[in-house]
Amino acid sequence: MDDRPTRLPQVFTDWFRTRGWSPRPHQLEVLEKAQAGYDVLLISPTGGGKTLAGFLPSLVELTREPQRGGIHTLYVSPLKALAVDIARNLETPVSEMQLPVRVETRTGDTPHSRRKRQREKPPDILITTPEQVSLLVADPGAAHMLKDLRAIVLDELHSIVTSKRGVLLSLALSRVRSLAPQVRRIGLSATVADPDALRAWLTPQQGENQRAELVMGKAGAAPQISILKSAERVPWSGHMTRYAIPEIYEAIKQARMTLVFVNTRAQAEMTFQSLWTANEDHLPIALHHGSLDVGQRRKVEAAMAAGKLRAVVCTSTLDLGIDWGDVDLVIHVGAPKGSSRLLQRIGRSNHRLDEPSQAMLVPSNRFEVLECEAARQAAAEGAQDTEYPSVLKLDVLAQHIMCRACAGPFHPDQLYGEVKTAWTYRNLTREDFDRAVEFVTNGGYALKAYERYAKLKPWGDGELRLTHPRLAQQYRLNMGTIVEEEMLKVRLASIKKRLGRRVVTGGRVLGEMEEWFLSQLSGGDTFLFGGEVLRFEGLDEFGALASRTQASDPAIPSYAGGKFPLSTYLAERVRKMLADPKAWPALPAQVRDWLSVQRWKSIIPSPRQMLIETFPRAQRHYMVCYPFEGRLAHQTLGMLLTRRLERMGAQPMGFVASEYALVVWCLRDLSLLISTGRLDLAHLFGEDMLGDDLDAWLAESNLMKRTFRNAAIIAGLIERRWPGKEKTARQMTVNSDLIYDVLLRHEPQHLLLRAAWDDAADGLIDVHRLGALLKRIRGQIVHRALDTVSPLAVPVMLEIGKESVYGEADDALLAEAEDELIDEAMRLV
Amino acid sequence: MSRAACISLSGLELLPDLAGALYVPDFEALLVADLHLEKASSLARRGVHLPPYDTRATLEHLSFSLAAARPKRLILLGDSFHDDEAHLRIDPSDIAEFARLTRGIDVIWLAGNHDPSPPQALGGHFAEEIALGPITLRHIPAALAEEEFEIAGHLHPAASLAQRGRALRRKCFIGHERRIVMPAYGSFTGGLSVSAEPFQAIFPDGRFDVWMIGGKAIHRFPAGRIR
Repeated sequence: MDDRPTRLPQVFTDWFRTRGWSPRPHQLEVLEKAQAGYDVLLISPTGGGKTLAGFLPSLVELTREPQRGGIHTLYVSPLKALAVDIARNLETPVSEMQLPVRVETRTGDTPHSRRKRQREKPPDILITTPEQVSLLVADPGAAHMLKDLRAIVLDELHSIVTSKRGVLLSLALSRVRSLAPQVRRIGLSATVADPDALRAWLTPQQGENQRAELVMGKAGAAPQISILKSAERVPWSGHMTRYAIPEIYEAIKQARMTLVFVNTRAQAEMTFQSLWTANEDHLPIALHHGSLDVGQRRKVEAAMAAGKLRAVVCTSTLDLGIDWGDVDLVIHVGAPKGSSRLLQRIGRSNHRLDEPSQAMLVPSNRFEVLECEAARQAAAEGAQDTEYPSVLKLDVLAQHIMCRACAGPFHPDQLYGEVKTAWTYRNLTREDFDRAVEFVTNGGYALKAYERYAKLKPWGDGELRLTHPRLAQQYRLNMGTIVEEEMLKVRLASIKKRLGRRVVTGGRVLGEMEEWFLSQLSGGDTFLFGGEVLRFEGLDEFGALASRTQASDPAIPSYAGGKFPLSTYLAERVRKMLADPKAWPALPAQVRDWLSVQRWKSIIPSPRQMLIETFPRAQRHYMVCYPFEGRLAHQTLGMLLTRRLERMGAQPMGFVASEYALVVWCLRDLSLLISTGRLDLAHLFGEDMLGDDLDAWLAESNLMKRTFRNAAIIAGLIERRWPGKEKTARQMTVNSDLIYDVLLRHEPQHLLLRAAWDDAADGLIDVHRLGALLKRIRGQIVHRALDTVSPLAVPVMLEIGKESVYGEADDALLAEAEDELIDEAMRLV
Repeated sequence: MSRAACISLSGLELLPDLAGALYVPDFEALLVADLHLEKASSLARRGVHLPPYDTRATLEHLSFSLAAARPKRLILLGDSFHDDEAHLRIDPSDIAEFARLTRGIDVIWLAGNHDPSPPQALGGHFAEEIALGPITLRHIPAALAEEEFEIAGHLHPAASLAQRGRALRRKCFIGHERRIVMPAYGSFTGGLSVSAEPFQAIFPDGRFDVWMIGGKAIHRFPAGRIR
């Protein structure tokens, strides 16, 4: 391509030598390919010098041709906390080699004054977040600021591409490319199952199948993973893992520094509190999760970095991040749900490549023992889950069109062509694009009521421009794709007696919790937060008030299942392991016994089969099936099955879904209905349930309202609620549920409803996975009519009553509440 | 399925419906409050493009309420329009629909804070407040005179209660033996929790009942049962 020397400049070779290092082969390979002008994807495990590999081409180029004034390299990292750390780490080589390179960061926290300075005197390397790239290209001065841009480095690409953040970033990159066609992209990724998707994502699409060059780093030593073989009884169900606390504590005592990963905040709270009770040696153990106050989280991170802690109990908030060096043990409490997640988390310990990381898995119930064993084997092989990049989101497209309009007038033809160069939108039709433009312009309704209030208006040669600068301001405040649950601040209440009355006033902020959780507490209820048992005192205009209490048995947040569903890949391994008694010796004796009894009382299905058991119990008739497809897909299946059973006259009463199984109970004798041919299981589980049944259910489902709210915020239909602005905002906003109802009735084909349906199908209702399941089990259903509950069914049967029955039972609940009152009032004694 | 809910005030029987209207058989009068017609187009002026079907949706509800009650008079308790210029934006088809719905019915518009003088375009009479037998109808709940009974709107009451770990929130009627506050009827109107300060001001001793509007029935709860 060009004849510049690909060798490292002397100053770099010297620097590597003084540190006692030599550049790794993959670092040189990335450098060579980047210098030849290619986009490059580097896949390498943690600790492989990945970050430096990403920066090296830029540092070399900047050394050879000191920059002329614009930004040379954008480094995009998904976490803003990480941006600062990366900048600090980069300072070391830059200052030690005395390179003429200026590095700065820009995140949502960067003060206005510094942004302004960055505009006037741009740094050579700007380390930033995906959202900031969109904000950069939305700036009317973007063309000027990016005119000298040569490189974009995308960190943790594997994690960004699976979310809407990645989709938005891909659009911003398509814009950057139009402004600075010479830019090369370097993607840095952990090991993934399908590198080709990432290679295509990374590079502009103009012809067929364009892909970035691939560079593979050397794999590290295989991790050593064990599963806790508890002396205690492994529970049948539940997720709190209390039984193993003494053994976890012992492991923490033996290690230098331990990260204890869990899947949900509730588990984090519970595990932390139990460890604290067990902590006879007063070990410094801390808690870290997304709801804690940011200041408190930073304190924990700093103490961790300084080696002052022995253990941190954490959620996915610590999945990504820079090295803490001293972590020598990762404990995973609860099943890891996916092989890739487990590998990522294990990678948080021992960042030296040549030494194996140490990890211990702690299953919280018997099915999780199977899952942990499957995950252990998969991780030992380095096998990854396949996670597909998220593509073609109409709400994100609408936001990007607004972003483009903020930068100045644009021509729709030109923008359509540009957007199509993003791999994520390669299949976007012109019709959908035009509908998105119309949505941004006037809401895109069939009833043209808002033309005089349009946000975009024609200008010049078929171009469109913003009608008011205020809209650009609104865009900047509302952009981004992360829509938080509605959160409320939790403040410590101080309680005084005044004139004989109990007066509660708010004090220090403890953190934030989901509004739905707090809204179901009554005064006096206790709950766990930040490792303490708190007593709920009430709500005021600023949020929730809570006081400290001595209570030892808090009303724990109901465990709303894992945040992550069991991965397809792991599910398959679990099914295989279950079906193969030769694999059972790897399991603890009590789990082996459980499965053996199952084989004797019912059957163990083969990996391709799905077992359905029916049995009577206490006036009801139960049907349990074991798809192993994760709770979300099972819930959807449960909703659809009950509708069908209703039609078939089986009189279904309710259902509960777990990660592994689904139980439905009915008034009619299911075994009898099946044996007499009045209920055909193949028909019941037919793939056609994803047609009309699904549509009919979704239209009235609360789930769609949730995804609709997210899509409406991302697309810019409704504004985010910002702290402090709530009061004025309330005048302006209409509850998104009301908007959903009206839109569904009067314009069911609207762009936002399509976006919401798409999200629900992907996420909350997992239709794709359910579809794959129904296909898989066609002709593979085995039925056993039993006299009583089988061993395999026990775990999901135990969930009944703990999990509230899912669905649209709100009216039934209201009626029940009223009946209880009436009964109470009518009682004669 | 439907439970026969009935609210009694000053000896009069009041029948709430699932859309949030109140029918008074003794006077053959249907009461609705806070329609906020043209709320969407009002927000659209500031660049918030909500579906422009809120007036249509509200009139659809009204047609159900009217068909079920078959009243001689329709009394709108204020804030029928979201703002003073709403009548300039309302679609002619919606005006025609309102005229069709109210043919042969006496329509009385009470003044609200959003629409201190409701427009003439839709016909009917206008009043600040009126008496329905022993009961005063007005928009904003007022300090009650001795022996006065009142039905008002303005506050958009909504109540929530927890049942089986689930929080259920619904628009509601709220009241005691002297006063009823009606829920907002409009399709884009939200609710204000009955535990909020404005309700403490009009029910100072915290003694009231709510009638929550479910999907199939109206459910009555005492203040102590809700949160």
